[in-house]
Amino acid sequence: MRRRPVVVTGIGLLSSLGVGVEAHLAALEAHAEPRLETERFAPYPVHPAPPIEWDSQIPKKADQRQMEAWQRLGVYAAGLALDQAGLKDDHALKATTQVIVASGGGERDYAVDGQILTGLRGAAEPGAFLNERLMNDLRPTLFLAQLSNLLAGNISIVHGVTGASRTFMGEEACGIDALRIAQARVAAGQADIMLVGGSFNAERPDSLLIFAMGGCLWTQPFRPVFERPEAGGGFVLGSGAAFLVVEAQEHAEARGAPACAELLPVGAARTRREPGDVRASLERLWGDAAPGPEAAILSGATGLAQPTREERDALEALAPGQPVIALGDLVGHTLETVAPLAAALGAGMIGSRHRSEVVATVVGHRRGEGLVRLVAPR
Amino acid sequence: MASTTDKQGRPLVAVTGMGVVTSLGQGVEDNWAGLVAGRSGVRQIARFPVAGLRTQIAATVDFVPADPFCAPSLSEELARRAADEAVAQSRLGRPGDFPGALFMAVPPVEMEWPQREALAAAAPERNEVGYGALLAAAETGRFKPWHELFLFGTVADRIADRFGTVGSPISLSTACSSGGTAIQLGVEAIRRGETDAALCIGTDGSVNPESLVRFSLLSALSTQNDPPDAAPKPFSKNRDGFVMGEGAAALVLESAASAKARGARILGYVLGCGEKGDGFHRTRSSPDGAPIIAAIRAALADARLSPDEIDYVNAHGTGTPENDKMEALGLGAVLGPRTAAVPVSSNKSMLGHTLTAAGAVEAVASLLTIGRGRLPPTINYQVPDPAIALDVVPNTSRDASVRFVLSNSFGFGGQNTCLIFGAEPR
Repeated sequence: MRRRPVVVTGIGLLSSLGVGVEAHLAALEAHAEPRLETERFAPYPVHPAPPIEWDSQIPKKADQRQMEAWQRLGVYAAGLALDQAGLKDDHALKATTQVIVASGGGERDYAVDGQILTGLRGAAEPGAFLNERLMNDLRPTLFLAQLSNLLAGNISIVHGVTGASRTFMGEEACGIDALRIAQARVAAGQADIMLVGGSFNAERPDSLLIFAMGGCLWTQPFRPVFERPEAGGGFVLGSGAAFLVVEAQEHAEARGAPACAELLPVGAARTRREPGDVRASLERLWGDAAPGPEAAILSGATGLAQPTREERDALEALAPGQPVIALGDLVGHTLETVAPLAAALGAGMIGSRHRSEVVATVVGHRRGEGLVRLVAPR
Repeated sequence: MASTTDKQGRPLVAVTGMGVVTSLGQGVEDNWAGLVAGRSGVRQIARFPVAGLRTQIAATVDFVPADPFCAPSLSEELARRAADEAVAQSRLGRPGDFPGALFMAVPPVEMEWPQREALAAAAPERNEVGYGALLAAAETGRFKPWHELFLFGTVADRIADRFGTVGSPISLSTACSSGGTAIQLGVEAIRRGETDAALCIGTDGSVNPESLVRFSLLSALSTQNDPPDAAPKPFSKNRDGFVMGEGAAALVLESAASAKARGARILGYVLGCGEKGDGFHRTRSSPDGAPIIAAIRAALADARLSPDEIDYVNAHGTGTPENDKMEALGLGAVLGPRTAAVPVSSNKSMLGHTLTAAGAVEAVASLLTIGRGRLPPTINYQVPDPAIALDVVPNTSRDASVRFVLSNSFGFGGQNTCLIFGAEPR
């Protein structure tokens, strides 16, 4: 089967560093300090979402109200990518553009949860009490703000991208796979143009809860991710969203859309995470992708001790002495969004800063290893 | 060569293994016997107290243990059983060493009330329990296994581990069309030549109080609790919503070239996949049915099949007023004058709506319909809807020669996925 070059023609990116690719490149160049929110969820710091003018991408207040934060972040970033790719007003093309979203699920109504848990303690009939409170206190539309596939649903409603969507779940690995499948489908001619990305809202106690149970969260004063393993390790969650418009190079050229980077086949692997697995997996993926010596290196390392130590060892062996830009130091850990965010930033470094090549490693906190490679368009 | 590629020169995708678990029982044979007998798996919910709920029925799978009892544990166990059956039938690979990729439709997981309550009980004594208290309990380290349990990727990861599938397993959701999408992803990977085989699974074991309440608050569920088995009434005038169901189905997809080379028994083919998004509304379809029509037509085009060649439609047929009306509209537009002559039936009249699993469960039913030459009925069809002029195979199954089946799956969020199965390649 023939394989077509796949290019990135639109980038939408936001994080605690700001909105848009330029804000991120500028922060990178200025060695800006990470933005941290240390009070709201103490003892857990988070990298909060930046101030956002929602109306510019989500014009209807009713749409904004129907979404929870993770959906709004994602829909906003998707809009930025569509703008850059020149798709916003091309209704015919948007109606055939396919979407892959990497996401978890939506947030809960924390007040309702607290009231129910408080009430359950003294309830004579806990089952009946729970039913009654859920029936009376849950907002009917909250479900739609929680369903994983409703980020994609909102993208189709707000932006009119209605080719068809698929939502991949599964933490960091699903972000890698979203890019992998999108690239592969376009390369193989199964689709001409796709919107792919994800979003994550770190500012939610229910997410913190899952990772607090696992002992994954960093609670010490801020420290770069690659320095955390020796201090016990841990990650700081970060709010963020990243979407890319990827399309066949011939498709982009035919419609006169400038390409900022070429997305090469994405490497993804799963290991059982025995000691040494992460390092071996990354070495294999690196060998397959064979990045050149000029490649800028991005890492999505979480800061968790074992995987981060192994990733550090792998990168030191694979690219000795090369600088590694750790996304976790800039924007925190954005979970499903790490791989799309790395790809978006990498495409920006090539498209706007004339880097010839960027390679990004993504190692999931519990599972999944990936490698994304972008080069200047041919 | 001609017999292992399709008309577009792509690798033809065969099905060489199937497995299924639903409220009707475990295994293809029990389920098929139940479906053609018109048996219902819908019952009064016994799993949790139903006092105060408008809907008190579901097609739960009550014979499968899960520990701790929660949606991810049950969904994993259902998937494991379905995949055990499918992989064994395919005789592909060796136990624990499946030579292909895993595509898995799983319900979005989250911590459930029993776990929240356990955390609350372990929290420092406070008058009011909030997330601060839950987080304090989490810090004790006593709940570490629940971190893993409630990650979105865990169910598929454990299935990948057990079956030894190749590469990064994909956990996906397209809401109620997820099972169809899992199959579509497998078909695409085989057509790309990335893999010779794929294990495609849809699973859902999420009948719990909050899931039920969420659908109930959207007025999506039937409230005709008594008798339970009469509640789902797809295509009937008095239909009043779907009934939640549980189950899992697994299909081993394989390139026809690979299947034939190893002398595998081919159970049927996945000939076409079509999908279309709908940006009209979060839960309702475009009133003109255009996205449903486009998805069906895309599946036909992908299979290089004309609408006249469809012998039977395995409907999405949820039994909600909205779905059945729109599905009938879409079928009418595509099938044209033949519409009333093409049998269309809903497995959900018996199995309830197995949600994330439905597309996969119904794919198995579609292939069995072809293989066994019998149409499962739409039960509870007592009051025809004059606005729906379909042959719904009312109440009793019947024999039919079926070469090509269209299977529809639609979901919240504008998801429309259609698959076409065939006895033989086109």
